Amino acid sequence: MTLTDVRRAAGRIRWYVRELTGESAYDRYVAHARSCDPGAPVMTRRAFERSRTDAREADPREGFRCC
Amino acid sequence: MPESQSTTPAQRQRALSPKSIAVWSAVALVGAIAWAVLALSRGEEVSAAWMLAAALGSYAIAYRFYSRFIANRVLKVDKNRATPAERLDNGVDFHPTDRRVLFGHHFAAIAGAGPLVGPVLAAQMGYLPGTIWIIVGVILAGAVQDMVTLFFSTRRDGRSLGQMARDEIGPFGGAAALVAVFAIMIILLAVLALVIVNALAHSPWGVFSIGMTIPIALFMGVYLRVLRPGRVSEVSLIGVALLLLAIVSGGWVAESSWADTFTLEPGTLVVWMIIYGFLASVLPVWLLLAPRDYLSTFMKVGTIALLALGVFIALPTMKMPAVTDFATSGTGPVFAGSMFPFVFITIACGALSGFHSLVSSGTTPKMVQKETQIRMIGYGAMLTESFVAVMAMITACIIDPGLYFAINSPAGVIGDTVQSASQAVGNLGFSISPEALAQAAKDVEEQSLLSRTGGAPTFALGMSEIFSAVVGGTAMKAFWYHFAIMFEALFILTTVDAGTRVGRFMLQDMLGNVYKPFRQVSWKPGVWFASAVVVGGWGYFLWVGVHDPLGGINQLFPLFGIANQLLAAVALAVCTTLLVKSGRLKWAWVTAVPLAWDVAVTLTASWQKIFSDDVKVGFFAQRDKYQAGIDAGQVLPPAKNMDQMHTVVTNSTVDGVLCALFAVLIVVVLADAGRVCLKAIRDPESVKLHEAPYVESKLVAPASIIATKEEKAELVAAGVGPEGGNRKEAAPVGSGTPE
Repeated sequence: MTLTDVRRAAGRIRWYVRELTGESAYDRYVAHARSCDPGAPVMTRRAFERSRTDAREADPREGFRCC
Repeated sequence: MPESQSTTPAQRQRALSPKSIAVWSAVALVGAIAWAVLALSRGEEVSAAWMLAAALGSYAIAYRFYSRFIANRVLKVDKNRATPAERLDNGVDFHPTDRRVLFGHHFAAIAGAGPLVGPVLAAQMGYLPGTIWIIVGVILAGAVQDMVTLFFSTRRDGRSLGQMARDEIGPFGGAAALVAVFAIMIILLAVLALVIVNALAHSPWGVFSIGMTIPIALFMGVYLRVLRPGRVSEVSLIGVALLLLAIVSGGWVAESSWADTFTLEPGTLVVWMIIYGFLASVLPVWLLLAPRDYLSTFMKVGTIALLALGVFIALPTMKMPAVTDFATSGTGPVFAGSMFPFVFITIACGALSGFHSLVSSGTTPKMVQKETQIRMIGYGAMLTESFVAVMAMITACIIDPGLYFAINSPAGVIGDTVQSASQAVGNLGFSISPEALAQAAKDVEEQSLLSRTGGAPTFALGMSEIFSAVVGGTAMKAFWYHFAIMFEALFILTTVDAGTRVGRFMLQDMLGNVYKPFRQVSWKPGVWFASAVVVGGWGYFLWVGVHDPLGGINQLFPLFGIANQLLAAVALAVCTTLLVKSGRLKWAWVTAVPLAWDVAVTLTASWQKIFSDDVKVGFFAQRDKYQAGIDAGQVLPPAKNMDQMHTVVTNSTVDGVLCALFAVLIVVVLADAGRVCLKAIRDPESVKLHEAPYVESKLVAPASIIATKEEKAELVAAGVGPEGGNRKEAAPVGSGTPE
């Protein structure tokens, strides 16, 4: 196993954890907003994360967990 | 109008290669041998390895063949049809998510304390009945329900179960489904909270560690809101480290002069739980709920993985008999009633859980990248949860049966000293000495393990046995026990938070029909009122459960099981109706057979709970007996005074009425669904489906965890990376692929 393999494996784990925890949501949002118009105005990370929790406040059924 | 199938390419049915025939024959053989060993061994201790082999072999075959059949032949999933995630992609709640990530999301959302509690209680009938139901049930019913609900909701832009019931069955069935969901939520929260109260009462170690999760969550909330928004992984790592510290320091607290402060009576804990539940429901999401959710998901996935590893390394032997006498006599102390129907309602999560249909028709369908992935996510995640239930069954069966019954019998049966418990366990047909009971409590540094009903302490004990066999030996037992208690308490409390909120939201929505402002989540009086009603609802049952002389778990758990299976009946009825309406009558048995079984179980259980003459089973028989006692001025055991006599009468009446209500709801939904199905069969032209129109998909992505050779070739041809994504000619949209 070379260093590149280790680095690649670590990168994949990092990617999976970021996706699973929703940490990458902001990057996705920016990519999505800029996909049509590269100069589109985007929220700051702080504002974006706030809007996400506010949405959950407005409808707690999103992301509901079972017994 | 049947669903359009003209665009579905005929699924190529390849003949199996000789190699795969050999492999699958071997899997089937191993599974069959394991089942035979489990079923035929009597009077000897069986290794848990056989249970693992039976479970994994069955799952593999079911996934490979049955789920594939459902996906290709019944549902006809179409890889060329765009999912709502692709069509409505907004980068936030609708977005095509990598299948492995979504599998993780979905699994974390469906698996909780349920699969850890039910199997432990069902172990009173031996390991065999529960295990058969967990494995056969998930293959033919539970995983099918999750997968089919997910499919139909995906075809309807992620509509919820309640909306689908209203759209496809009618307003009457829809309303019944809504009431059912609300009632179930209340019972569910009460039972889960009761499990925690029973585990934490008189346990300063447990109370301190769980108490510490609140400041930890608040800290994480502030960190994510103010210090470093969105950095979930790092704050979760800090949180888990603090959590482990809280468990260790719980041991110090229990030995210090603070111990008395954290030694709480069950009644006191109930009051704290109610206050906590109310605050958690009215506080902002970011402050308490969201960080708790991260913490509990981290712990959940981590601990389940650890447990699986521990079981495989330790391969413990099971001391519980395969089948105990309680299976036929129905006189078990943990819950009353015989194997049919009560094993099938006691084990809900892990085999067939109605609650999952709310997840399968909520967040997940909005994130599915490809219709072909529904099989892996819906069916696969449920198989994984079922495996968690099998592990819970193993943990309950490896501890000494005498100890198991001493922990799980209500105080009314075994008294409150180790001597009386030892004698009572002897009367049940098992044996354990008073010294052994005292030693077991001492090993995990608890004052007593007697009557710690609800499953969590038993599970924790079994888990500490497995873990200490792998790491640390006996010296670590107390740590692992409290680690397990903490882990269960953490996600039960998270469910209590989230469930109270959802209940509050549903109530506000219903009240909004009467008085408009209720619907606004920002209208504080409405929020407070609805929260108080929901918390009051489960708080009432929790209070009653703690004070019921007959034992709260014993009385309430069947009600919870009936409620959960009722919701499964609603989901399966919606699925069956949709199969019929969409021109799949030929395949309607796929959900109709589990539905028929579920209805038979639920209605038989309700019938016995309402009409049985046996005072241990029938709520109204209980009521009559204790009412007659009150009239004659007698105090009947296990009640100790007249107040307790009145408590029994009130509780039995409430439980009986609720049980009747559930039975009526199930009949209403079924009758309405039956009417719609008949109409669809008689007059197929009249059918109106609420399916989203067909749009061609531009995404290319594999269906299962590992891409097949054909899929890899397709990915290369489309010019996208090995993880899939949009075709090169389409506008490049971030679809969550690595690097």
